[in-house]
Amino acid sequence: MFYLFIAPWIIGFCAFTFFPMLFSLVTSFTDWSGLGLPTKFGLDNYIQIFTADKSFVTALKNTLVYVGVSVPLNMTVSVILAVLLNQRMPGTNFFRAVFYLPTICTGVALYIAWMYLYNGDTGYINVLLSKIGIEGPRWLADYKTALPSIILMDMFGCGTSMTIVLAGLQDIPKDYYEACELDGASGLQKFVHITIPMLSPVLFFNILMAIIKSVQIFTQPYVMTEGGPARATFVYGLYLYNTAFSYTKFGYASALAWILFVILIAISLVVFGTSKFWVFYREEVD
Amino acid sequence: MKTSQRKRIEIIIGEAVLIFFAFLFLLPILWMFCTSLKSSGQIAEYKQLFPNPATVRSYIEGFAGGQFGLYIRNTVFIGVMCVIGTVSSCSLVAFGFAKFKAKGKNFLFMVLLATMMVPQTVTLIPSYMLYSKLGWVNTFIPLILPAFFATSAFNVFLLRQFFAGLPNELAEAGRIDGCSWFGIFMRIYIPNTKPALLVVTINQLVYVWNDYMAPLIYLGKPDKFTVALGLNMFKAQYGGAMDVGPLMAMACLTVAPLLVLYVCFQKYFVEGIATSGIKG
Repeated sequence: MFYLFIAPWIIGFCAFTFFPMLFSLVTSFTDWSGLGLPTKFGLDNYIQIFTADKSFVTALKNTLVYVGVSVPLNMTVSVILAVLLNQRMPGTNFFRAVFYLPTICTGVALYIAWMYLYNGDTGYINVLLSKIGIEGPRWLADYKTALPSIILMDMFGCGTSMTIVLAGLQDIPKDYYEACELDGASGLQKFVHITIPMLSPVLFFNILMAIIKSVQIFTQPYVMTEGGPARATFVYGLYLYNTAFSYTKFGYASALAWILFVILIAISLVVFGTSKFWVFYREEVD
Repeated sequence: MKTSQRKRIEIIIGEAVLIFFAFLFLLPILWMFCTSLKSSGQIAEYKQLFPNPATVRSYIEGFAGGQFGLYIRNTVFIGVMCVIGTVSSCSLVAFGFAKFKAKGKNFLFMVLLATMMVPQTVTLIPSYMLYSKLGWVNTFIPLILPAFFATSAFNVFLLRQFFAGLPNELAEAGRIDGCSWFGIFMRIYIPNTKPALLVVTINQLVYVWNDYMAPLIYLGKPDKFTVALGLNMFKAQYGGAMDVGPLMAMACLTVAPLLVLYVCFQKYFVEGIATSGIKG
């Protein structure tokens, strides 16, 4: 009976995940271009990628910078916003709705709006900055600030993790704080010794989800910069897409995809490995 | 007296910070909306945020220049089909994982969760080749079909949590009355799962609406475009011009349905996320 109910998933898993993965793994060892049969089988793609592919290095570096900056930034902002929202101040529901809004409207429409907002001459962000006497940078047009600009934009998509953190905060029993207050703890001490440990499982979940999502970044640079200027926003997803669908090098692209997958697993394992040092589950705390 | 005064100052500072953040979070959408209501002359005065007076000429020009009616119809069609597929398949699978005891169940559930880790790009090329061999490229099938086979691990997980929270006694009572398992599922559990199903529906609609990569790969012809693809094509045509009004008008148009959905079902957006994060 169990298998009857989960049959759709079993079929779906085989048809859309397992066999495609297997197929892609095999393809990654060939020079297949989608037409006819591959002519070579071997480690050529991997050797090429690791020894002689400058685009791979650029793309990987940009993606890792994006993940490395974006994930901690989004986590920090989502915790700050959630803590503020948890103070039960007037208008909390309104603010929560506003902070979640960009998360829903993350699509081409908003990316296009940001392109114009980031314009160095006529963009509204630089207009605002000039009002407080700051000369704004060239944002997406400058090699140095292009990737940070995308990271900053994506910071406003932290609504999901903010909502999860907020639910986590509301789950912390009040008496923990009261006990702490009796001992004369300050606000900061309460935050460090109660809030953060109690939130750690939630943060762990958020970090993992954020890493999985941000490693695959594609649409933002595709729509906004096409990887430029001077490849400053040339991320892994873009390289993979070009290799597969502009140059139809399916074998090579499959190898790139598998390398990304292995990197993602490696990063996740590292996060898992560190979790025993900082993630506390309620049973242990009690 | 003193503590209450301190409390008041804290609240004022907190409110100020919240308002500041709210302004930043709203700015892109606000700017987009204001720009879409400007005349081309007003757009040249880029330092001015608000249109004065407002005009809908950008919407008229945008509609004339693109095929947004068609894009919206395409996306709604894909969205509705995906919702039907996801809700029916994911709820079946989730019920299976929540209410049955079977050998290998935990292992399979781990596999299901692990699929969340697989980057889209790993399965993309073989899937594309398969669909192209079947002649399904440039149709909506590649975007819809996977939804009917519970490929959204996240939604299965969410529904499983919900089913697991409903008492087993309901199923036992159904068994005693001679109800089949499918009958129990349809008549007893599904009616009690409506909020969770609504969460899944909303997740799926928003996902389809915003998805870019899959439509980009599978839909090559403009008459099949979704709003995301259509808007980007419109950008390529009109984005270079000084007058960004029509582009912003169409951007607003593509965001509007999401906003309506959000305003109507805000509770469910939040509920779905909170369940997934906390009870996980």
